[in-house]
Amino acid sequence: MAESYLLETRELTMRFGGLLAVDALDLRVAAGTIHAVIGPNGAGKSTLINLLSGIYRPTRGAIVLDGRDVAGRRPYEITRLGLSRTFQNIRLFHALSVVENVMVAEHFRAGITFLDALLGTPRARRGEARLRERARAALQFVGLAERADLPAAHLAYGQQRLLEIARALATEPRLLLLDEPAAGMNRREAADLMERLRAIRDQGITVLLVEHNMRLVMGVSDQVTVLDFGRKIAEGPPSAVQRDPRVVEAYLGQEARHA
Amino acid sequence: MAALDRETSPTLAAPGPPPAAGARGRRWRWLAGGAAGAAFLLVLPRLMPGSYQLHLLNLAGIYVIVVLGLNFILGWAGQISLGHAAFWGLGAYASALLTTRLGWPFAGGLVAAIVLTGLFGVVVGIPTLRLRGHYLAMATVGVAEIVRLVLVNWEPVTGGALGVKNVPPASFGPLLIRTELSFYYLILAWALLALLGAWQLQRSTFGRILQAIRDSEIAAEVMGVDAPRYKVLAFALSAVYAGIGGCLYAHLSGYISPDTYGFDQTVVFVTMLVLGGAGSLAGCVLGAVLLTFLPEWLRVLKDYYMVIYGVSVLLLMVFLPGGVVGLLRQAISRRRLAISHQPSAVSSPLAESRADAPGPGPMDG
Repeated sequence: MAESYLLETRELTMRFGGLLAVDALDLRVAAGTIHAVIGPNGAGKSTLINLLSGIYRPTRGAIVLDGRDVAGRRPYEITRLGLSRTFQNIRLFHALSVVENVMVAEHFRAGITFLDALLGTPRARRGEARLRERARAALQFVGLAERADLPAAHLAYGQQRLLEIARALATEPRLLLLDEPAAGMNRREAADLMERLRAIRDQGITVLLVEHNMRLVMGVSDQVTVLDFGRKIAEGPPSAVQRDPRVVEAYLGQEARHA
Repeated sequence: MAALDRETSPTLAAPGPPPAAGARGRRWRWLAGGAAGAAFLLVLPRLMPGSYQLHLLNLAGIYVIVVLGLNFILGWAGQISLGHAAFWGLGAYASALLTTRLGWPFAGGLVAAIVLTGLFGVVVGIPTLRLRGHYLAMATVGVAEIVRLVLVNWEPVTGGALGVKNVPPASFGPLLIRTELSFYYLILAWALLALLGAWQLQRSTFGRILQAIRDSEIAAEVMGVDAPRYKVLAFALSAVYAGIGGCLYAHLSGYISPDTYGFDQTVVFVTMLVLGGAGSLAGCVLGAVLLTFLPEWLRVLKDYYMVIYGVSVLLLMVFLPGGVVGLLRQAISRRRLAISHQPSAVSSPLAESRADAPGPGPMDG
């Protein structure tokens, strides 16, 4: 192996009834890169993320995360093995405050048992303090430190997306899956996001990005994989993929041919 | 969670101040409030007009424990469990049978009730909590019905439909707790302990994780939460609270029978929780107390009482989705808003808004 791959899928397949949402996909994500997965609606991008994060159990195939096959494992196990994600349709804990949302994400590193919590032992108190401190650091990183004590539901839409990222980062992943993080963001917010993605990569966290905003994808990715009908139709650096006739065809279909 | 802590009503003798960052004044306010609350709770039974009202007060205290327990699974974790009467019955029967048939002391019966309901909670929770929403609700109703049928039909042990008579009063060694008044202090101690436990958990990882599961189970799992494990834990804890309540009830009333442990009783618990304000500790307390006394306040209406009771509960539920506590919170934030526009105001909105609590409900039917 010339390059080290943090994530590798082999013949990964997901079938919903008669629909092959992901079809024998071989995907390799190199450590330390930003790897984008693009494709028209229904190409299987969200299914792919749900498979990788353990929400769906694949019909067939392997998902190898850092040398370990994690296909079929429960989401929380996969998270603890170093993979974290955000959701396209934001799923925050609305009743909790912003900082508490992040605290949930890193709880399993605090080592607080149920009895500690019930009795309010010194260990519980120390653990809580550490959680809160680290949660604030994660919020600082995405620029939400000032909103830490607001209810999560009170955040503006773009900020909710940032909170999703802070929460995912708080699990200390080695691989971060972002499901359309720029959806609903304006141009400036998206530009900020691009900077943050680079900063995340520079911390040594590998990013797998599913995104429709082509300016963002082409600006930030090291590698781009294009899916259509659950299959990989092209792969390479952004500049090469952009010119690939199969990609143009998949995105524009008939019209492209007539043009 | 600060928002939830804040409204822990002063009448509950709020369990101790949090070690807040440097706020000395706040600590003194907490202490003063706690002392006032404790004094109030100590004299409260003397303020009851008669022994029946005192009995109701004791029942209310027991219900507070049970509803606090129900809140873990229904209020925080958001799992619709409609089998709570089974745990309450199991706790009652465990202690009643062990003390009457085998001559165990009350404390032994109580410990047995706690262990048994906890185990039963785990055993029932592991299969049923894989279900969601309506299916979970149905399954828990089924489990509760099985428990009730066992209580009715396993006559040699449970006494069948006749129930268990002559359950001894509570006792600790030579200390007999026989009168309603002495029971009041026993129940008060347990209710405060139950509240303290719930309050600790609310501020902890455990409380946050349960609420995270309620808001989005998938997101919680993706954040590394083993959701089924936490749900079973919450369920077991919930069962233990109900078991303690059931045990106290059996020894308070001296007689138990399967009628007290049917679906009706579950509905009462759930109504208390939802009416008070699911998810809020103060809501649990308010709901349990309010719904214990509401039927008495409406008794003057004679035959119409059930109708008015039903309609008022219905109206409260429809118009107060956040429960009584939700209403109080709204009132408080409105006042805060109003006060923030008049910079000179110094009154404490928290203390006064208690007067805004709704009365027994619409009397004009």
